[in-house]
Amino acid sequence: MALYSEKVMDHFRNPRNVGVIEDANGIGEVGNAKCGDIMKMYLKVEDDIIKDVKFETFGCGSAIASSSMATEMIKGQPLSEAMKLTNKAVAEALDGLPDYKMHCSVLAEEAIKSAIEDYEKRKEA
Amino acid sequence: MIYADNAATTKMSEAAVNTMVSVMTENYGNPSSLYTFGQRAREILEKAREDIALAIGATPKEIYFTSGGSESDNQAIRSAAEIGRLKGKKHIISTAFEHHAVLHTLEKLEKEGFEVTLLPVHENGLVVTSELEAAIREDTCLVTVMYANNEIGTIQPIKEIGKICREKNVLFHTDAVQAMGHIPVNVVTDDVDMLSASAHKFHGPKGVGFLYVKKGIRLTNIIEGGAQERGKRAGTENVAGIAAAAVALKEAVSKLSVYGETVTKKRDRLIAGLSEIPHSALNGDKDLRLPGNVNFCFEGIEGESLLLLLDDKGIQASSGSACTSGSLDPSHVLLAIGRVHDVAHGSLRLTIDESTSDEDVEYIIKSVKETVEYLRSFSPVWRNLVEGKAKFIL
Repeated sequence: MALYSEKVMDHFRNPRNVGVIEDANGIGEVGNAKCGDIMKMYLKVEDDIIKDVKFETFGCGSAIASSSMATEMIKGQPLSEAMKLTNKAVAEALDGLPDYKMHCSVLAEEAIKSAIEDYEKRKEA
Repeated sequence: MIYADNAATTKMSEAAVNTMVSVMTENYGNPSSLYTFGQRAREILEKAREDIALAIGATPKEIYFTSGGSESDNQAIRSAAEIGRLKGKKHIISTAFEHHAVLHTLEKLEKEGFEVTLLPVHENGLVVTSELEAAIREDTCLVTVMYANNEIGTIQPIKEIGKICREKNVLFHTDAVQAMGHIPVNVVTDDVDMLSASAHKFHGPKGVGFLYVKKGIRLTNIIEGGAQERGKRAGTENVAGIAAAAVALKEAVSKLSVYGETVTKKRDRLIAGLSEIPHSALNGDKDLRLPGNVNFCFEGIEGESLLLLLDDKGIQASSGSACTSGSLDPSHVLLAIGRVHDVAHGSLRLTIDESTSDEDVEYIIKSVKETVEYLRSFSPVWRNLVEGKAKFIL
């Protein structure tokens, strides 16, 4: 039995939306203090729609795959929809993650929420 | 495929496989049966015991067959603890980077009232003998120090430790699982009282190991039952596996010097090649290490991703990253030599052997370089380091 589903391996081997958005207007960085994984999300929001999203991740295969899948799921979505993204939905979209890797999908959810909060904070300011 | 995880397990040698098959098909009797067919199995068993004893400088009666390294470690430590308990000596000395078969047994003994001192292994992954000597007390019943570390391959000063223990009259056990068949081991010249070994680490089968116990030391049973292994380890002997283990060890020992020389050369080329990767560091002493062991930390990346991508390139290796352990903590060995969590995550262990060609070595170097560079290209940790927001450690 393989460690990860084919979908996880696909997103790990060919991660979507990797990199940096130079003129991002929302950036979120979160880390799991225990396992050490770190995720950074860059958003380009226009009219409350996520026009572009990119990520950088330091972490294992499932952390990279979770980042990739999460960015795919929120790209082009209104912020209100993106805020509803759950780690469970990310894991399900990847055809599941091993139990002890579920925290990687949590990190993806948190990174997106953190980036959206940053965007909203900047907007207020 | 380039198999570079020989510290995890090795490919069985052809002679060992043939021996195993022949015993299983032609001499499958039970050594405890009195008829000729059973006694033939008994002869095979005792011949294997003689061969193994000879290979490590012991006598046949000092060899006890077990299921492997973990069982041997458990029984050796339990036995020494029992001997100590009877004398009111309940202090044990070991090191911070032993195999879990040792560390977890010691943790259990602590709960039973024993006191355990774990010696530091310093940045180079080596025990300092003067520190060991200073740690020995009136009530010390056992010193257990591994021959060579399973992750970083550092070879401990076993002979010196043996001498100190002999002078201080303290039992000395060594977990030689990684050393056996890879470097010369001799229980007499090393002054070892007990030694654990596992066949699948020296091209023998899995599920077979042995424990050397110097004559006169009383063993405590871990497995109760029949009178096999002179009443010290119950259960019908794995004759085929034991015979194959003996063949494999004899073979490995007979070519030790050639193995040492050729594999060390390849190892050093690997170390030199991987050292070219910026912000990387070799783990463990450069010279006092097993011939086939290379262990590196690469800053800014995580080990599991590295392993998966190397696997895609046909290279099998291992890592001390938390993500590969199923737990959230990185390798206790890397932490013991002072690597901080972030850096320990980006570790890679390559354990090669004589079947690794020079081309394989170059391919590994090229592949690791490319993969580390790729993973760093989208690592926020690496970005922070490069942009000066965090300080490089390596």
